[in-house]
Amino acid sequence: MRGRLGLREEVVNAFPNCFMIDSRNLDPDFKYLIASEPGGENIKKCFSCGTCTAGCPVREVTDRYNPRKIIRMAILGLKKEVLSSQFIWLCSSCYTCYERCPQNVKIPELMNAIKNLAVREGHLPPAMRTQLDLLASYGRLLEITDFENEKRKEMGLPLLPEKEEDVKKILVKLGIHRGEKT
Amino acid sequence: MAKRPEKSPSLSRYALYTGCTVPVRAFNYEISARKVAEKLGLQFSDIPQFSCCGYPIKSVNRYAYLLMAARNLALAEEKGLSLCTLCSACCGALSEANHEIREDEKLRTRINNDLSEAIGKRYNGGSEVTHFIRVLQKEIGMEKIKAQVRSDLSSIRVAPHYGCHYTKPSTIYGHIEDPEDPKSLDELIEATGARSLSYEDKLQCCGGGVLAIDEQVALAMAHKKLDHIRAQQADALVLICPFCNVMYESNQKKIEKAFQTEYKLPILFYPQLLGLALGMEPDELGMKMNRIKANELLKKVSRRSA
Repeated sequence: MRGRLGLREEVVNAFPNCFMIDSRNLDPDFKYLIASEPGGENIKKCFSCGTCTAGCPVREVTDRYNPRKIIRMAILGLKKEVLSSQFIWLCSSCYTCYERCPQNVKIPELMNAIKNLAVREGHLPPAMRTQLDLLASYGRLLEITDFENEKRKEMGLPLLPEKEEDVKKILVKLGIHRGEKT
Repeated sequence: MAKRPEKSPSLSRYALYTGCTVPVRAFNYEISARKVAEKLGLQFSDIPQFSCCGYPIKSVNRYAYLLMAARNLALAEEKGLSLCTLCSACCGALSEANHEIREDEKLRTRINNDLSEAIGKRYNGGSEVTHFIRVLQKEIGMEKIKAQVRSDLSSIRVAPHYGCHYTKPSTIYGHIEDPEDPKSLDELIEATGARSLSYEDKLQCCGGGVLAIDEQVALAMAHKKLDHIRAQQADALVLICPFCNVMYESNQKKIEKAFQTEYKLPILFYPQLLGLALGMEPDELGMKMNRIKANELLKKVSRRSA
């Protein structure tokens, strides 16, 4: 029996995490798209040394996140696979690779540029949708209620407004929130 | 654009920027920071209209993050103040935005057009951003702190956690200290008389950055560090960021359950440790709000005779 790319089934089964690349599905312009996005400018400088992955604290606990592999996929033009993936959201933004990258690829900023593109393609993770709603509602990620202000008063801390409407105005102006809960 | 002023703002020219997490989940950090600041002669102003720094939506829309950061910077600037943050992520996000908007004239024009249309504000780049720990290190200084120590903490051994955004990316902080070998928190701990421990993966991330996306990954990251700290038999972990605290304190029970282990490791914010050294009472420093009780550590604090 022959499977993917005509390889024998036992070969394919031996490498379950491998997927075969079909060059007809590659988008050679993807790297330029990323390079034109703020934070993604240096993607083409990557020579795949793997310094980022070697020091990555997320990679240390899960093999689902591998910055070197993601950059390689992006440069090859695997646009759909990268933008619709979960793994781009696993960067913890610790900036370890940012400091160590010999080519100044600024990987956390690059991952951020890719995430911004993914969101524009309709891939907004539910957790991020929730955060956007909270910011639009309160101007902060965590709601300040009478309860918090009562406690703050007891401790002699200054009281805080429950809402800051300016943030909603900014999000609405940029068209990334409609102003009411979604 | 004018170059960044060389001189740091005078000690009373800071607005305390508490962000989202501190005023809701870390009262003990805020209260201890304010108390030790006062004791050391540092006056904070408050700007209740401060909102989220913008960092949480950077991954969704980078420009929206810059605009939210610019709004906070503009609020401080209107009052002629600089910002002193308690959260390292806020410090990083606001510093980065300040740096970028100040240097890039085209971006600044765009930001100001949008700020003025949406909320009637203007950013001119007149404020600086710093972290409270950096103010203690650079502006108050070790000598002044040591001179005010009133209690003996010499039998206390703590593990420092620098976290990520306090030193990195080093470019936005003007390479203020080597992110691969930072010393400021160790020195500040030693200034209290307590011993600062070295341990494996000391500079590793807490995992907080992926908590909302994948809790298991985040917990696994914090778990590894808690194991390394336990190996050194530390009395407590000392940190300087409310989000690191969410990982190590709020989630410690969850980590213990998920990984079938037990730490019971007290987590202190640095100003709490400093306050104890300055002779303040645990209650004044919000120690009652620490979820993992630091009773054993508190027993080791002894008053120096005057």
